[in-house]
Amino acid sequence: MSETPSTSVSRPEERCRTEQRALTGFGRTAPTIARVTEVHDASQVLDALRSAGPRGITARGLGRSYGDPAQNAGGHVLDMTGLNRIHSISANPDGSGGSVTLDAGVSLDTLMRTALPFGLWVPVLPGTRQVTIGGAIAADVHGKNHHSSGSFGNHVLAMSLACADGTVRTLTPDGPESELFWATIGGMGLTGIVLRATIALHSTESAYFVVDTDRTENLDELLALLTDGSEDRYSYSAAWFDTTSTGAALGRAVLTRGSLAKVDELPKKLQGQPLRFSAPQLLKFPDVFPSGLANPLTLRAFSELWWRKAPKRQRGSVQNITAFYQTLDVFADWNRVYGRRGFLQYQFIVPLGAEETFRRIVEVIAHSDHASGLNVLKRFGPGNEAPLSFPAPGWTITVDFPIAPGLNELCLKLDEMVLDAGGRHYLAKESRTSAEAIRRGYPRLDEWRKTRDAADPEGVFTSDLARRLELVAP
Amino acid sequence: MIDAVGNPQSILLLGGTSDIGLATVERFASDRPMRVILAGRPGPRLDAAKARLEQRRCTVQLLDFDARKPDTHADVIAKAFADGDVDVTILAFGVLGDAEQAWTDSDLAIELAEVNYVAPVACGVALARQLKAQGHGALAVLSSVAGERVRRSNFVYGSTKAGMDGFFSGLTEALRPSGVHVTIVRPGFVKSKMTEGMQAAPLSVTPEQVAEITVDAVRKHKELVWAPAPMRAVMSVLRHVPRPIFRRLPL
Repeated sequence: MSETPSTSVSRPEERCRTEQRALTGFGRTAPTIARVTEVHDASQVLDALRSAGPRGITARGLGRSYGDPAQNAGGHVLDMTGLNRIHSISANPDGSGGSVTLDAGVSLDTLMRTALPFGLWVPVLPGTRQVTIGGAIAADVHGKNHHSSGSFGNHVLAMSLACADGTVRTLTPDGPESELFWATIGGMGLTGIVLRATIALHSTESAYFVVDTDRTENLDELLALLTDGSEDRYSYSAAWFDTTSTGAALGRAVLTRGSLAKVDELPKKLQGQPLRFSAPQLLKFPDVFPSGLANPLTLRAFSELWWRKAPKRQRGSVQNITAFYQTLDVFADWNRVYGRRGFLQYQFIVPLGAEETFRRIVEVIAHSDHASGLNVLKRFGPGNEAPLSFPAPGWTITVDFPIAPGLNELCLKLDEMVLDAGGRHYLAKESRTSAEAIRRGYPRLDEWRKTRDAADPEGVFTSDLARRLELVAP
Repeated sequence: MIDAVGNPQSILLLGGTSDIGLATVERFASDRPMRVILAGRPGPRLDAAKARLEQRRCTVQLLDFDARKPDTHADVIAKAFADGDVDVTILAFGVLGDAEQAWTDSDLAIELAEVNYVAPVACGVALARQLKAQGHGALAVLSSVAGERVRRSNFVYGSTKAGMDGFFSGLTEALRPSGVHVTIVRPGFVKSKMTEGMQAAPLSVTPEQVAEITVDAVRKHKELVWAPAPMRAVMSVLRHVPRPIFRRLPL
């Protein structure tokens, strides 16, 4: 797609702003310096690949991974957010969904808003919409509806990948390059740079959900609700749970489950514009917070409030996606609340049947000196065939810890418990585990490495994450 | 790479048999196995250090390093960085020498200057280049309060430490835009092999104590620390004592 030619005489390379910058993930930890170039079209990406130096190249989207996959110490980082055009979108006439072809730098937020007027819904939306298509593919993001719709990669019909040799390959899930396709899904950007993708979309009558809420007194009650068969009635399900309460109240939770609303399920006043979406931004946090604001005391207070404010039992409440599960998108830059020391997010999965381990992990966290406010628990459905994809049938927990002394020891203990139970960690959230933990958690890692190394023998594509976890040979 | 909680994965010690240096490496490696490169003069001390670290499940590489040969330093450092990023680098070599002989024997004076000043500068330049290219890293150097205000009782040694301290102060600023953090540690009297047989001065510390302060400073990106911490205040006072009084102090 060519841009409207500008009337000034600026040369294309001048539009590619490059600067030396410190980069971090969303946890604002482990900064490293890289040369960051903003790219706006595919040819600029290929130019950058041609001139890749010894420290390689990393693509970066909106920087919502918590650790270091989108930074490259001493190397080159391409800011892909300027590659952001939606090329085509169409809904099937029979209401069976549709598809969209778009650049890798488009955000899920933009895609969702663009798709709604067509009666189309993004099939997988993670906890924030501030994620690019490329990022969603690289992390194989999952959402509250994983048990019914799988992860993002399940819905990618095709993608164009810029490879290390300067070629652009079109990959499909079951075509001749399907191995490279599935290595790219969840591949954390290490197989190449996604330029464009075609994504399948679902049909929807409205931008709202019909939601049932249950507040449980403890973890056992929550697990019971998640295993009594009621999960199958909802396409979206996830729980917030308390990591500060102990004893009989261990893991008390608020479980919110729902499905996209049909027009006749909406209250009269919304039926006129069922596909309308408005997500106000209440507040953009300034960078003034001291470290230590989020500590066990304040988090215990927050957890108490959050649990109490939920209804014990509510049925059929109509909510938009922000209220239903992307609550934090209302606060821009909320990660600043953790102060300069930053925080880390710990997300793992343990397989079905490992509920005892799961319970012990919640106990260990609750009894530690580290508290977390933003805790999510979900039961995953079947995984896909991508070797580095994180979701698999089982239980996933996500917790946030402010960086504080002793945190590493706690995480090491949790690592052992997760791995011993046959679980693994999510690379998009991960920021401090070991290469060994990834080897143990992802049995198909070697298979992935072979595909990756075949596509990129010189190691052009790398990142701090890749170096730290030994995903790419140095 | 250094992770979100500040743990490094790899460490280079220039001065592979230094008591303080090894204590620092061992402290970094206390909660997880690391890739360690020990650069020093080959011999039983270096081998023993390697064995000790391997017992902690570290992988250890030995490199020949002679502080008295500055034209070999860039090569040694290039070799150290050849197998991947080095997250923390420690410069902990030095020679004390006999204080009175140092200013009366040219050869000893030159040796002190070469080992304690020229070599750190040569290493500093090479390390700066490597760390800058890798876009991240820490450089910790063992200076001394002896350089903070040079005194009659060991002024040749003191002057060399003053020189290297100044170099690394400047390097701290020069490397700031590159994401590389420099930490200068100024210990007082340390009870180590270097000071064996000497009478301990007040506020003396052990190599382990210096290591604790060094690791903490590196993790917190502190640029200048004293060991023990109260030495900072002591030196601040001493620096401003007028010369006629200073020369009479029993230091």
